[in-house]
Amino acid sequence: MRAKFIEEKTVKALMYLSTAIVALAVVSILWTILSKGWGAMSWDMISKLPGGGFYIGKEGGFLNAIVGSLYIVGTSAVLGLLVSIPVVFYLNVYLRKSSRLGYAARLACDVLFGIPSIVYGAFGFALMIYFGMRASLGGGIVVVTLLIIPIFIRSMDEAARDFPREILDTAYSLGATRLQTIRVVLRQIAPGIATATLLSIGRAIGDAAGVMFTAGYTDSIPTSLSQPAATLPLAVFFQMTSPIKEVQNRAYAAAMVLTLIILVLSIGGRLIMNRFSKNKLS
Amino acid sequence: MIFRPDHKFTHGAETSKMQIEGLNVHIAGQHILKEVNLIIPDKRITCVIGPSGCGKSTLLRSMNRLIDSVEGAHIEGKILIGEVNLIDSGEHLTELRRRIGLVSQKPCPLPMSIFENVAYGCQIHGIRNRRKLKMVVRHYLEAVGLWDEVCERLNAPATSLSLGQQQRLCLARSLAVEPQFILADEATSALDPIASRNVEELFVKLKNDYSIIMVTHTLRQARRIADYVVFMYLGELVEAGLASEVFDNPQHELTKKYLSGAFS
Repeated sequence: MRAKFIEEKTVKALMYLSTAIVALAVVSILWTILSKGWGAMSWDMISKLPGGGFYIGKEGGFLNAIVGSLYIVGTSAVLGLLVSIPVVFYLNVYLRKSSRLGYAARLACDVLFGIPSIVYGAFGFALMIYFGMRASLGGGIVVVTLLIIPIFIRSMDEAARDFPREILDTAYSLGATRLQTIRVVLRQIAPGIATATLLSIGRAIGDAAGVMFTAGYTDSIPTSLSQPAATLPLAVFFQMTSPIKEVQNRAYAAAMVLTLIILVLSIGGRLIMNRFSKNKLS
Repeated sequence: MIFRPDHKFTHGAETSKMQIEGLNVHIAGQHILKEVNLIIPDKRITCVIGPSGCGKSTLLRSMNRLIDSVEGAHIEGKILIGEVNLIDSGEHLTELRRRIGLVSQKPCPLPMSIFENVAYGCQIHGIRNRRKLKMVVRHYLEAVGLWDEVCERLNAPATSLSLGQQQRLCLARSLAVEPQFILADEATSALDPIASRNVEELFVKLKNDYSIIMVTHTLRQARRIADYVVFMYLGELVEAGLASEVFDNPQHELTKKYLSGAFS
């Protein structure tokens, strides 16, 4: 009995410890960013374009990077959803569970999932050179979309695989074609779609390597798909590597904005998700 | 009848008689249904009884071809509705399925609101007019005696209803696409006695307009409501006929044993 008692206590203590490590990591990251970024933070930072070049400049803000990131991430998320939903629907409604094509498709997604974003960046870069394109918003969007499609597919697929078959049978028995069941399927996996979107956006907005070669960097806000676009992770990267202290602090301010965007998205996403789940069958 | 989806489907006269000839079903190499021949009479309750694993549910799932979604299932023979054979109905399958409603063992609401559950079937068959949908929903919720209980919360999730209410909602949903047949797979077994009695009474009322085929495990239920009885054993149809005849004077030795409770 005694041994079991000690075992229980030890394991419990270890679990507390791991939880504390995670919590500490979150708090210390937020603290570092806030304490260093807060001083440099001002309304100008998020409402003005850089004044004196992004690498050495101290004037102005990084509105270019905020807008560029939102452009790229927003468009990629929409494109990613448009490509992924049909794939997930096909995998789960049209194909049988034992389908080889389904197995191959899922395997391919897992492989793509594991490919580092710098490789996507290099791939995109090679393609752009081949087509004679220059670093541009369009290029960044394409590469980030490719980057997040596997995340979309895999996490929505997980949600769709627990899909109760009776729901499909019910829809069929009412005379629905397979295509017409999509309304029911989407309703049931709506929370899964929301989670997938959050994960994808989180990955996309924080990714520096994919956009470095493809979207490039600029001090202005792009007005067409063929112009280069700045992004927040690269704003952090370039300014952090500057030898000038003020510019470094601007990097922390940019990191703070990036973190805030992700926080808002996560919390907002959860609220929306609860709304989506209300009709879901458990 | 409140609505008629456009009937482009013109095979034979509309009849609520179903004729099954030489039906064989194999699932993953196993012979589940063996040469079943059966006529489902028009506007009556036909109860399918038999011990577990005798093929009752497979028979039911063949009647609307949901058996297709079972991996490794192979079906042959004829299931005639009018002139059309359900088994090689090709593009007409979805239209035929509309004519065959299903109420499953466990209530299976769609992940939508109460209103949308009933309206969904009509929408996929092309009814978009909101006013008309409202009329249809109300009519069928009234038909299953659910309207008064839910009229205040039509937009609430269907899952917020009790199991008994959910089962009646599922019935309303099936009725809303105006089927001729209703397949019920132990439709009352997941419900409490009162809810179960409600659903049972509904079926008796509905047989004036629909041909009902009901799989049941409860012999007492079959005795209460069946007009016709089909007894199955190990994938074979052993005996079928008028309920009074089968129950009071079974011809086959197996039927006698089953009815006397020798096995179940």
